[in-house]
Amino acid sequence: MKKLLLANDHIEGIRFYDVYRKNGGYNSVEKALKNMSPEAVVEEVKKSGLRGRGGAGFPTGLKWSFIAKPEGVPRHLVCNADESEPGTFKDRYLMEFLPHLLIEGLIVSSFALGSNVTYIYIRGEYAWIVDILEHAIGEAKANGWLGKNILGIGYDLEIYVQRGAGAYICGEETALIESLEGKRGNPRIKPPFPAVKGVWDRPTVVNNVETLAAVVPIINMGGEEYAKIGVGRSTGTKLISACGNINKPGVYEIDMTVSVEEFIYSDEYCGGIPKGKRLKACIPGGSSVPILPAKLLLKTAKGETRYMNYESLSDGGFATGSMMGSGGFIVFDEDQCVVKNTYTLARFYRHESCGQCSPCREGTGWMEKILKNIETGKGKMSDIDLLWEIQSKIEGNTICPLGDAAAWPVAAAIRHFRDEFEWHVRNPQESQVRNYGLADYALV
Amino acid sequence: MSVQFSPEKLDKVNEIVARYPQGKQKSALLPVLHLAQESFGGWLSPETMDYVAELLHIRPIEVYEVATFYSMYNTKPVGRYMFEVCQTGPCMVNGCDDIIAYIGEKLQIKAGETTADGLFTLKTVECLGACGYAPMMQMGKTYREHLTKEKVDRIIEECRQQAALNN
Ligand SMILES: Cc1cc2nc3c(=O)[nH]c(=O)nc-3n(C[C@H](O)[C@H](O)[C@H](O)COP(=O)(O)O)c2cc1C
Ligand code: SF4
Ligand code: FES
Repeated sequence: MKKLLLANDHIEGIRFYDVYRKNGGYNSVEKALKNMSPEAVVEEVKKSGLRGRGGAGFPTGLKWSFIAKPEGVPRHLVCNADESEPGTFKDRYLMEFLPHLLIEGLIVSSFALGSNVTYIYIRGEYAWIVDILEHAIGEAKANGWLGKNILGIGYDLEIYVQRGAGAYICGEETALIESLEGKRGNPRIKPPFPAVKGVWDRPTVVNNVETLAAVVPIINMGGEEYAKIGVGRSTGTKLISACGNINKPGVYEIDMTVSVEEFIYSDEYCGGIPKGKRLKACIPGGSSVPILPAKLLLKTAKGETRYMNYESLSDGGFATGSMMGSGGFIVFDEDQCVVKNTYTLARFYRHESCGQCSPCREGTGWMEKILKNIETGKGKMSDIDLLWEIQSKIEGNTICPLGDAAAWPVAAAIRHFRDEFEWHVRNPQESQVRNYGLADYALV
Repeated sequence: MSVQFSPEKLDKVNEIVARYPQGKQKSALLPVLHLAQESFGGWLSPETMDYVAELLHIRPIEVYEVATFYSMYNTKPVGRYMFEVCQTGPCMVNGCDDIIAYIGEKLQIKAGETTADGLFTLKTVECLGACGYAPMMQMGKTYREHLTKEKVDRIIEECRQQAALNN
């Protein structure tokens, strides 16, 4: 497969400007700024079929075309580098090893949107990456790609890195905007949408790191060529961060025609499961998306091969499918306990709820408590139905999608692994020392 | 006043404030709080927060609100070295529970506590974006990944040596 984003990540020194430039870096800026209008860049991104890589998969070109352009009001592009969804570490890889690719994508995208000051909002824990990015920005500026009158076309652009301080919720775009304004990360009620009123009430577009980096190959090769890669509405390439019980955890660029089975077992990607253990389950798109038992992961409910793309991963809806999400691919072998994993995720969402809406604030805490009880042998049979009840009351009743994100993992775990929950309740002692058998879930 | 940035750090504050439109200096709050925490003993005392409020021409309550919302700001004193070990699902699958227990045993503290000599704080945290390199912890500005008991021993030893040198 031809790599578009990570094609050069193995080249010594690619983190630095000279090497990056020698390998074709910044060509897309020359092409866009010298030969194209901002509208033409947006058009090209539309043609590419690129969908947001932050989790929701919204078409990027369409999103860009919504930005309001009131007379005399500055507009901003904000790059979402908050990356805090458990299982997801692909943006980190991109920024750490190919910082100039992101800067290049930001310049072209800022030009398309008419942003003269663009911010990268990065999670506070990625402190050393702030230094890497600021160094790359300095190099780009020293070489005339940033600053005033770039390439002599009268376009000005500055890029600043803004460091968060530990809050998953700041990955949600309106919470991110609040945080960038120096406030608590409480999501805003929409509308108004950021495209109309974003940071400092100015029209704002928030896009994921990988989305903005993908603009570089799109401009270089043309939107139509980019759209030929992949399948259906899953065009181009996608970064997947793979972790859990696999031989080769890491970040992989795939074109979205790879099957899930190939992704897990081939040496090109995850390299199979350590110690010859069997596959039990997988969360294919970051902690918020439904967990699937092995038999529904590799094949859809209809018995068709499942592929690593938006459509195929969600085939069957939430009843028998999952989602592409952020590309955080978490694999569980036969020794792993679904109840315990669900408990850690419930704890995560309770910790990260901003507390504005009661279903989310109260519900996440309640679910954590019940799951902890079941996991530690103090649960009752009725707790399982209660959990189901609570999650169903959160979903759809909150200001931002964190509520849904907290509900879905619990719902899916009960839906597919109910007998494992029941076994915990029935065998409080035994469940402390061994895990539930996997007759029904596993694929040898 | 004991809480006062050096002239170099004040330049840095001005440089940060200049990144935002006029009158929107409140946007500098998160970065300036990071700078303050690094400069004034690893935590944000009420005095430090009031100083930052004054510097950015905002009300102290606006600073307290933010300092208490974000998990990276410490509103209580912490040890010189903070071991922030991730405990979320993907790290759990790779044995973070054993690592947390081991550090606790070795330092004779529980999660959330600081050793009596003020050297180490153990904290459990949620996913830090290193799930493929688990188990892991954050230590200051860097990550320590693929942790094993031996690696933990070495890190603790390094910290003790470094602390002895600086004293
Ligand atoms: C709770 C929550 C956390 C999110 N975290 C992130 C994140 O860390 N990074 C990201 O790019 N998008 C995240 N998103 C999605 C953003 O709100 C937004 O849709 C995205 O940044 C848009 O960029 P894209 O269209 O390029 O994907 C999160 C959403 C929610 C509800
Ligand atoms: S759903 Fe949760 S995180 Fe989102 S606004 Fe409501 S309380 Fe905050
Ligand atoms: S779960 Fe520990 S770093 Fe992601």
